[in-house]
Amino acid sequence: MGKTFAEKALARASGQPETTAGQIVDARPDRVLSHDNTAAIYRLFRQLGVERVKHPERLCITLDHAVPAPTTQHAQNHAEVRRFVREQGVRHFFEVGRGICHQVLSEEALVLPGMTILGSDSHTTHFGWLGAFGAGIGRSEVAALWATGELWLRVPESMRVIVNGSLPPWVTAKDFCLKLIGDLGQDGGLYRSVEFHGDGISRLSLESRMVIPNMMAEFGAKNAYLPPDEAVFAYLEERLQRRLRAAEAQQDAVECAAIESQLATLRSNALYPDADATYAVEYRYELGALEPMVAQPHRVDNVAPISAVKGRPVQQAWLGTCTNGRLEDIAAACDVLRGRRIARTTRLLWNPASSEVLQAALRLGYVATFLEAGGVINAPGCGPCMGNHMGVPAVGEVTISSANRNFRGRMGTREAEIYLASPAVVAASAVAGVIADPREIVG
Amino acid sequence: MQFTGRCWVYGDDVNTDVIFPGKYTYTLTDVNQFAAHALEDLDPDFAKQVQPGDIIVGGKNFGCGSSREQAAVCLKMCGVPVIIAKSFARIFFRNCINNGVLPIVCPQAVEAIRKGDVITVDLAQSLIRVDSAPSDAETFSFPPLSASVMAIIEAGGLIPMLRRKLGTEHLPMPEIKFAAE
Repeated sequence: MGKTFAEKALARASGQPETTAGQIVDARPDRVLSHDNTAAIYRLFRQLGVERVKHPERLCITLDHAVPAPTTQHAQNHAEVRRFVREQGVRHFFEVGRGICHQVLSEEALVLPGMTILGSDSHTTHFGWLGAFGAGIGRSEVAALWATGELWLRVPESMRVIVNGSLPPWVTAKDFCLKLIGDLGQDGGLYRSVEFHGDGISRLSLESRMVIPNMMAEFGAKNAYLPPDEAVFAYLEERLQRRLRAAEAQQDAVECAAIESQLATLRSNALYPDADATYAVEYRYELGALEPMVAQPHRVDNVAPISAVKGRPVQQAWLGTCTNGRLEDIAAACDVLRGRRIARTTRLLWNPASSEVLQAALRLGYVATFLEAGGVINAPGCGPCMGNHMGVPAVGEVTISSANRNFRGRMGTREAEIYLASPAVVAASAVAGVIADPREIVG
Repeated sequence: MQFTGRCWVYGDDVNTDVIFPGKYTYTLTDVNQFAAHALEDLDPDFAKQVQPGDIIVGGKNFGCGSSREQAAVCLKMCGVPVIIAKSFARIFFRNCINNGVLPIVCPQAVEAIRKGDVITVDLAQSLIRVDSAPSDAETFSFPPLSASVMAIIEAGGLIPMLRRKLGTEHLPMPEIKFAAE
């Protein structure tokens, strides 16, 4: 009997020859992710009566959720995280401004094909883009992982989505995700490992691929998976080499040895499902048939084609997040903004997903285009996504955003509306002052 | 284990943002402050009127969205011992168990229970009885939780269970101090 990706990944993570969907295993993840919530997790860890983190080299900690600190309380929280990082010798720590955890860990090649990463962040499904098993867990569970290195997981049933064809101009991986979630509901992938296959996936850019498993958090999925190909290996290889050079410069022999071993096994560690694996259900999508989609308030599965919602006034247009804060996202926005000004009644904000994205955008002229159009650039990080700061809406205001959640109250007040769309639709709406189709703005 | 309580009934896809808003995730650090904000963006009356022992009843995909554990903790701090739903989002389900709150899947009971009904959840028999049903009480059975899940619940949550497992039970539970205070 063939095995799915999840069955193979959790067999490896639990050190068993094989596992089957429904089985409970004790998984030992290669990486444990946390962010601004690290201080709260540390307080739980202390309650366990354990002094030292068992495998500090497995921890990856990024300050991203409320950065730079908007209040003294947030600053105190960051200070506690830094104290923990120093005390426990956490090597993979990323300061304020480096970027959003999922983007940074990808850029740093800290997660590799076939690895398992568990994180106290629901979008840890993100790492499926490179063929890793990524799943979100709670804070107590991260504390347990720090202390013991293992956690029980149920091997999920899998569902297969076959994606063929190519995206039409101005249609993106985000539109595909909104279409899928709109069709099947926000619990359409509940408890499942969602595997994406087909020529439509291998034709997508790496940055577009990242959108898909990220958005599967909004589909109820436990994890998601895209088969890693040569493009993924090349991306990771370049970044592992970069880290190797840095480790060599610092004469860090332990880190050098770890990276050299990862470079040697990068391809052989990748996991692919068997052709005769068992799937609970299968769906097929043709990318060529898609159009720009919008999720309307207050549900991610309240999805409509752009033609049905265009013309609704928006006071704020926001680009960013772990879903759509990357270079090709600001590039798409700039294709709309170039030579245009945003509407007087609308403000346009951008939080780059990382410092690397911001530097590349500067080099390629996107920063100038964005500013000339009247946009405001925020620090790399999660920005206003969960209502902390940097562009929270007023009561009665409407935001269109490239984020992943439009729950009531998400951005700070329950009396505001959030529409979700692709970066191009967000930029077109900023120009028009109303929800707009980029194909009509650019012409 | 048996729980009898009055029910608060909600619909499908109740997300963790409406249970515990994201804007509080780094400003409220004392669990004793959590209860006052429970379900704030879903039902402003809940936090004012909830009584210890009350039970929450939801539709499908209860607790979807963010992984924030405060969503489970704030309901625990309100004294809610049990949540019954048609289905749960997976991280919230785990967070409930890890904090000693029982997540029970029983779609038939959800269909039958109305706001304010008094029900009894009998874990030993895996039965829900609607006590306030007008004529004779209705009962519904639910699939029992696994032994590993029940072990965590019975220990009072993941942290107390791990203290037992790690042999650190005898150590004092550190009082949680908050930098911002």
